[in-house]
Amino acid sequence: MRQGEISLAGLFALFSLYLMWKASELPIGYIRGTGPGGGFWPFWLSFVMLLSCGAIAWNWWRGKSPASTSREPLLDAFGWRTVILVGGGVVAFVALINVISMYGAIAIFLAYYLRFLGRHSWWLTLAIAILLPIGLFFFFEAAMLISMPQGMPFTQPFFDVMYDIIY
Amino acid sequence: MEVLSFLADGVLLALEPINIMLILIGVTVGLFIGAMPGLGSVNGVAILLPITFLVPPGSAIIFLAAIYYGAMYGGAISSVTLGIPGASTAVATTFDGRPLALQGRASLALVTAAIASFVGGTVATVFFTLFAPLLANLALSFGPPEIFALMLLAFATFVGLGGDDIPKTIFSICFGLVLATVGFDTISGEPRLVLFEIDGFLRGIGFIVLAIGVYGIGEMLWTIVETRGEITTTNPKMTAKGLAADTKEAVKRGWKGTTIGSFLGFFVGVLPAAGATPGSLMSYGVAKMISKRPEEYGSGSPDGVAAPEAANNSASTGAMLPMLTLGIPGSPTTAILLGGMVIWGLTPGPRLFVDESEFVWGLIGSFYISNVASLLINLAFIPLFVWMLRMPFTILAPLIFVLSIIGGFAAARSMHDIWLIVIFGLGAFFMRKFDYPLAPAVLAIVLGPIAEPTLRQSLLLSSGDPSIFFTRPIAAPITIIAIILILLPAFKLLRRKRELVEG
Repeated sequence: MRQGEISLAGLFALFSLYLMWKASELPIGYIRGTGPGGGFWPFWLSFVMLLSCGAIAWNWWRGKSPASTSREPLLDAFGWRTVILVGGGVVAFVALINVISMYGAIAIFLAYYLRFLGRHSWWLTLAIAILLPIGLFFFFEAAMLISMPQGMPFTQPFFDVMYDIIY
Repeated sequence: MEVLSFLADGVLLALEPINIMLILIGVTVGLFIGAMPGLGSVNGVAILLPITFLVPPGSAIIFLAAIYYGAMYGGAISSVTLGIPGASTAVATTFDGRPLALQGRASLALVTAAIASFVGGTVATVFFTLFAPLLANLALSFGPPEIFALMLLAFATFVGLGGDDIPKTIFSICFGLVLATVGFDTISGEPRLVLFEIDGFLRGIGFIVLAIGVYGIGEMLWTIVETRGEITTTNPKMTAKGLAADTKEAVKRGWKGTTIGSFLGFFVGVLPAAGATPGSLMSYGVAKMISKRPEEYGSGSPDGVAAPEAANNSASTGAMLPMLTLGIPGSPTTAILLGGMVIWGLTPGPRLFVDESEFVWGLIGSFYISNVASLLINLAFIPLFVWMLRMPFTILAPLIFVLSIIGGFAAARSMHDIWLIVIFGLGAFFMRKFDYPLAPAVLAIVLGPIAEPTLRQSLLLSSGDPSIFFTRPIAAPITIIAIILILLPAFKLLRRKRELVEG
């Protein structure tokens, strides 16, 4: 935890410096007749972020924050495993949207989570993983008229069938 | 009398079939969300906001407010039956609710919580009805310096009263405000902060992207890691005869806590950054402090259940007051409601009472209806909610992830924003590990688009002289209070050091 806190503060300090540099692409001072320039507000906010990172580091050095005096690891084995399996699953879900469509990605993600992480029966897994995307399709495409990403062309026959039902 | 007439119209509007249906659905969803450990009103409102575009704004906000109300009632269910607060607002409810459940009196604890919540919510709604028009009327005379001063006050309360690590709170506020500036400079029209030259940032970063990332993905991940599935349920035995006896006992042994929570909760809820969690904890503390038998607290006192439950409902209504009248949210949930109102094309603030009076009074009317609906649904379906709480988290969690992603896409219509939701979610998980408060960032990204133009207009009015915030009669006291609040932690630190030296 101790090393993690100062590393995160360092990362945020670098990000603050980057934001200050990006903000200064627009004027950061006062322009007569038009008021503060477009970069004024984000530049000074980023500067305060940088100062805050300095204060976080100062508190860390003096051992004033709980994390700075903690000898525990950031996450134990269960924690890392969970973050990787669940967080990784969500990342894979989003990555699949442009390949097999939003609804296809939802079905795969639900199957993965329910069967492999939740260890539920195949019956329950398939029931939820198939019925929920179909329900969401009718809710978003028919009721709300919002088109979700349809992925690569090979998914088109599925959407043709589904749109035939709606229209 | 004019207020009563507006209120009657508002109640009638809230009773329209579509609205009453949305109230019933919203309250039920809210009760469930509030009861699920790891999910609170803020998660429910953030995740379900995108689907409200299906109905008119007046009905949409009634639906979301009903979720907010229901979640406040629902938090007690898991506090009592699982011993785990459904939301942070119900933390204090576990202190006495769980011991009552372990004594076989879960039903008394739940009935006390429901009645206290109803009284707290109703008292606060009456206060709201009385104070809101007055405050809105006063706020009509506000110009850019006054509005910016109010924004400053909202952020200052997080620093002074938030109770979190101060540098991390300031970082969080500024981070949210900077995110709100990404896209285009609204005055010069030039691209601004197009991070890493990725074109997707030209569209800016919507508050909903951050809110869903933090409260949908990040908090779910947090709950999965923290609870590790170690949850045991205590089933309340509820019968009609028992319910009547419990109601009688709840009124007799919980009225003091209910009274304290109802009044204190409202005024704490009105303060920006305070909200229902400190309101409920403070009410529990005060109720214990003035009780003749403080030793009963912590071992199953109905007053100890009533005080925080009345307070969290009262505070949730209180938090709506500054949101609607001044455009400043009093809690993270109201920050998301405020953001939703902007998306629906409404401008929160004093003009809302003039320009959209039907919308405002419909919402106020719905508070009354939602309160009654919450009480009845809660009492009637407690066994059902307890049964639903047994739903494995491994089923609920993927459903929340799916709703977050598809709901986020429905709101943003861009894969770039979906990736941002995931990045914010994973980032929020690690930031929370290191005690960075995230609610200030969500509040800031909502208020940023109001704060920046009002600051720039104010400085333009004064030719760049910041003393404008100290010379105008309304802006000056607000700015001074904000500065005192920002300096408050430093004063406290100095006093503690002096006491240590003297001691």
